[in-house]
Amino acid sequence: MKEINELNLPEDLRYAEDHEWLRPSEGAARIGISDYAQDQLGDIVYVELPAVGRRLNKGEEFGTVESVKAVSSLYMPVGGEVAAVNGQLAEAPELVNTDPYGQGWMIEVKVTDPAEIEVLMDRPAYSKALGG
Amino acid sequence: MSPDPRTTALYPRHREAGANMGDFAGYRMPLWYPAGMRREHRAVVLGAGLFDTSHMAVLTVAGPGAYTLLQRTFTKDLDRVGPARRPLADGRGAYGAFCNPRGHLIDDAIVFRRGSEDFFVVVNAGMGPTVAGHLADQADSGATTVADLTDRVGKLDLQGPAAARILGRLLSDPEKAFQDLAYFSFKGHFDPVHPDAGMVRLADGTPLLLSRSGYTGEFGFELFVAPDRVTRLWDRLLEVGGDFDLVPCGLAARDSLRAGAMLPLSHQDIGDWPFIRHPWPFALPYAPDGETFTKDFIGSAALLAAAVAPHTLAFVGRDPRKVAAGPDTRVVDAVGRAIGIVLTCATDVAIGRVGDKVMSLASPGRPENFDPKGLSCGFVRVERALPAGTPLVLDDGRRRIDVEVADDIRPDRTARRPMAQMWG
Repeated sequence: MKEINELNLPEDLRYAEDHEWLRPSEGAARIGISDYAQDQLGDIVYVELPAVGRRLNKGEEFGTVESVKAVSSLYMPVGGEVAAVNGQLAEAPELVNTDPYGQGWMIEVKVTDPAEIEVLMDRPAYSKALGG
Repeated sequence: MSPDPRTTALYPRHREAGANMGDFAGYRMPLWYPAGMRREHRAVVLGAGLFDTSHMAVLTVAGPGAYTLLQRTFTKDLDRVGPARRPLADGRGAYGAFCNPRGHLIDDAIVFRRGSEDFFVVVNAGMGPTVAGHLADQADSGATTVADLTDRVGKLDLQGPAAARILGRLLSDPEKAFQDLAYFSFKGHFDPVHPDAGMVRLADGTPLLLSRSGYTGEFGFELFVAPDRVTRLWDRLLEVGGDFDLVPCGLAARDSLRAGAMLPLSHQDIGDWPFIRHPWPFALPYAPDGETFTKDFIGSAALLAAAVAPHTLAFVGRDPRKVAAGPDTRVVDAVGRAIGIVLTCATDVAIGRVGDKVMSLASPGRPENFDPKGLSCGFVRVERALPAGTPLVLDDGRRRIDVEVADDIRPDRTARRPMAQMWG
């Protein structure tokens, strides 16, 4: 298990309590799960993602990630419309383990209310929430 | 509140290695190391893996009444073991279970015979006191001694086709140790003062009890050593194992490997219900007629009379997706009727479907560059017998997966390969 100080928690991301990250941008915001989440889950063997075009509210389940331990729900850190999903994960779910902020991204969302991004945690707050 | 979990002698090694830890049967144990369960599982199928299994319990049953006591309490007929149905010989082990008078499981076990009045019984983590108490209650006083050695022995499992080549590098006389070491046989002793201790030694003099057995379905050994030697043995094995891609493995890989090898987890796949109508009939003393037993034992009358006992069946899925196992997960038949529950659902990450066939990374004739995603597999407990191939749906309320009843899961396992193929 990684110690808190060994976790990769990029500065430019926002984090949710359920360990999803969101990268704010002009167009659609990219969403995935944090290094802490992938480390806790262990090897990911399957990822289920929503259909493009689906509208989901903040806190709604957008998919599942399946590890050796269990099937875990993925929750929307903000509300919006799914603009893209990472099709690579169907063939290579392990990308979530090896590159959680890069090739292991999950969905892109057109955010309905940008104010919802503002209430997500920044890196120091997330790190503190993890006990670091 | 439950008491703090116990740890094994190797706990500091697991922490240093960065393992994700979890609690199992009262012990804090590694779930996986940084390499991850997938790599660990595959290493055992293709190379080798090393498991800390010091949490398992070890009993000795000795004295003039020992054999009679085991025949009366153990489900396997020790007079009829193996394909030839011959008495359990010195240096051989047999798999079976201990049941209560209702025929329900107390625990499963391997009984090893060291001599006509000297048996060594390996049971599950945390079960030492329960099984020792049960045996002591059934023993004729004075004729049998039952002792729980759990804290006086360390145990490592070295599993995978490279296991003999790795261990061979550490043994003082590997030829002698491996000679005639058939599946389910053992040699040596971990106690330096025991007369058998000289039979298997490391080059540094450490005595071992070397058993050709395990819980992965793959070729390998269970190694019993004195607790003060277990850390050094762990370190030495990983050192020499580097040449063979040996990796330390956690309980997650142990669970997925054993599920794919169709081995039960005690108190999950077998438990407080009749120990019958399951995929392990060899643990029961069936006569050649397949219906009667060759001996009476505690629980036998109840098992033979168990008209309504459920059936336990293995299954294999279509992809890696699992459902949550447990009493709330339903097994649904082809016409939509709920017929039982899911006992175990794991993913064997070394197997995949090639057309209609399940193949493993170790299967001869597998496609070139075969890199399977894995298949869900495990056990269900249902109300009626179903033939292999019967389609079922497993539904945990959140996900439904299609599986089929299986009479085997991971093909081409290596556990029973002749020693000569695996060494030299």
